[in-house]
Amino acid sequence: MSIQQLYTEAQQLSTAKLRDDIVQQLYERSHRLCAEGIKYTKSNRDTRTEKLDAIFTSPIFGFPIMLTMLGVLFYLTIAGANIPSSMLAEFFGSMEKYLTAFFSFIHAPDWVHGVLVLGLYRGTTWVISVMLPPMAIFFPTFALLENYGYLPRVAFNMDRLFKRVGAHGKQSLTMAMGFGCNAAAVISTRIIESPRERMLAILTNNFVPCNGRWGTLIVLASLFMAANFTGGLKSLVTTGVIVGIVMFGIIVTFFVSWVLSKTALKGIPTHYTLELPPYRKPKIFDTVVRSSLTKSWSVLMRAVKVAAPAAILTWVFANIFIGDTSILMYAVEFLDPFGKLLGLDGYIMMAFILGLPANEIVLPILLMGYLSTGSLTEVDSLVDLKQIFLDHGWTWLTALNMMLFSLLHYPCGTTLLNIYKETKSKKWTFLAFLIPTVIAILVPFIITQTVRFFGWM
Amino acid sequence: MGNSYRVALAGNPNTGKSTLFNALTGLRQHTGNWAGKTVSLAQGNVQYKDTTFNLIDLPGTYSLFSNSSDEEVARNYIVFEKPDVTVVVLDATSLERNFNLALQVLEMTNNVIICINLIDVAEKQGININERILTNRLGVPVIKISARNKKGFPMLLDTIDRIVTGAIECQPVQTTYPDDIEEQIKKIEPKVSELIGNELSARWVSLRLLDGDETLLNEINERFGQKERA
Repeated sequence: MSIQQLYTEAQQLSTAKLRDDIVQQLYERSHRLCAEGIKYTKSNRDTRTEKLDAIFTSPIFGFPIMLTMLGVLFYLTIAGANIPSSMLAEFFGSMEKYLTAFFSFIHAPDWVHGVLVLGLYRGTTWVISVMLPPMAIFFPTFALLENYGYLPRVAFNMDRLFKRVGAHGKQSLTMAMGFGCNAAAVISTRIIESPRERMLAILTNNFVPCNGRWGTLIVLASLFMAANFTGGLKSLVTTGVIVGIVMFGIIVTFFVSWVLSKTALKGIPTHYTLELPPYRKPKIFDTVVRSSLTKSWSVLMRAVKVAAPAAILTWVFANIFIGDTSILMYAVEFLDPFGKLLGLDGYIMMAFILGLPANEIVLPILLMGYLSTGSLTEVDSLVDLKQIFLDHGWTWLTALNMMLFSLLHYPCGTTLLNIYKETKSKKWTFLAFLIPTVIAILVPFIITQTVRFFGWM
Repeated sequence: MGNSYRVALAGNPNTGKSTLFNALTGLRQHTGNWAGKTVSLAQGNVQYKDTTFNLIDLPGTYSLFSNSSDEEVARNYIVFEKPDVTVVVLDATSLERNFNLALQVLEMTNNVIICINLIDVAEKQGININERILTNRLGVPVIKISARNKKGFPMLLDTIDRIVTGAIECQPVQTTYPDDIEEQIKKIEPKVSELIGNELSARWVSLRLLDGDETLLNEINERFGQKERA
């Protein structure tokens, strides 16, 4: 007898209410155990939790508080990351001089110096100095909010909106995960039971920026969006721009979820009870150390591992000439007309294409491309970085478009791979690629054409 | 180097399971893939005397009826990967709801420790838990801890150690169901044990078959199918 036959036999014995009976029996036994093993000497309820929840999940204050928290989180990240970022950049810049001196001392051929120092070293140290400080601040702060018990309240607030667009409230939790890493967030959608709602969460997760894109967003916002401000105000304006970009990503999430739930993924959202845990004082030191050490470090290692080969590749392409044009320039010139339509350029398009394996490397590759065709300045501060962009015709519109494209474009290679593993469907994986790409092309296109039409630029 | 044992941590969401995991393993953590699966679970080591406990942090779930992938991952790990000990972490302030999961785990496997966390919070709220009565009723060790304050850790580690060395033998008291269900279990159980031997609890598999859990059926077919054909 096979297990299949046994199952058929069991099904004949079984009745419809059997599972209910099983569950009920478990509940009754739990109840008996508690009655026997527990004594309650006080009858107080956790009133503090109720009072706090009345504020945090209030229909009036809930959303403003959430936005403020988000703003404070970004402000701390941006303002706090500036100084260590430029210190790291300066340190790596001065180290580069010694490296160059060393290479000329041992009479290394020019191409060795080019690949290793101008390609590998510059590319990877840029990733480190731009990305490490924001991550080392963002992750622990986010983890503290999670430990305190605030994040489930965010899910509770968002639940109303998600229900309205036909999605599941738990999607807000998977989105929160996406702020860290979209690839991990795709796996976290397993908490959503309904396959339809889970698919919605998977397909739209990409619209929250992962840490691979934080670097790009923060750098561009602070270089171009708040150019006329100084000091604390500068960080504040940058924060405003980033909050705006994140809000826009959330709006796109709602919009796409709504369209999909009316078309390809029709259905009624399932109900569930979201349990709000009590607020707990977080273990501050443990949390900070663990999330900044393990998380930041592992994300950084991943970035460096992927960025290093890409930086070398970019340098090689920029230095192999067919006729009097490098391979890189052929690609850039080919992509340029299309990029210009979106208010971007050929270099940016190429950086995004080469950046498919990981979003972390888009900015370094772009920089490598620009450096190889521009004048080689000493890049040891964030101001020099802006000059490189300006030399290549950047305006605030370019920066805005690049930020939007970065926010909206196709998920990175790892995320796509996870989507395929989770959905086991080529069709849905392809859609997960196609939907964001189309939106990422449309939005900057519309903005650019509008700005040009009205002559604002 | 002494022996090494696998200890799985199960529990409802928000019971402080991760706090316990982090506190016990410190920074000795990594993410491991287990054989044949794409699922990765956080793992970490704890050194106790000359024994290494390899802790596996299962996803937090309210039940193990495989309603979601998380529940399936947790259930499959306990049933098929057979950790040496399964520690079920419960929230002392909402035990009645939490016991549900513990009772399900007790049906699936023998070596179980019921670990009641947040005992400091519960005591402040005037909840007095008599772990001896509970141990008696359940047939497995019940331990009170506070993961935040690292209270009760020696007791917990010592109990794990005594289970793996065989000094304590767990005999989980099975939940009895209404007579009609018990009768049907009796009809199915011998056939189940004939088919799968002692690999899994025949009573538990019978219950799930009656319950109509097809995902479990597929899992069993996948894992035992090869043996059948051989």
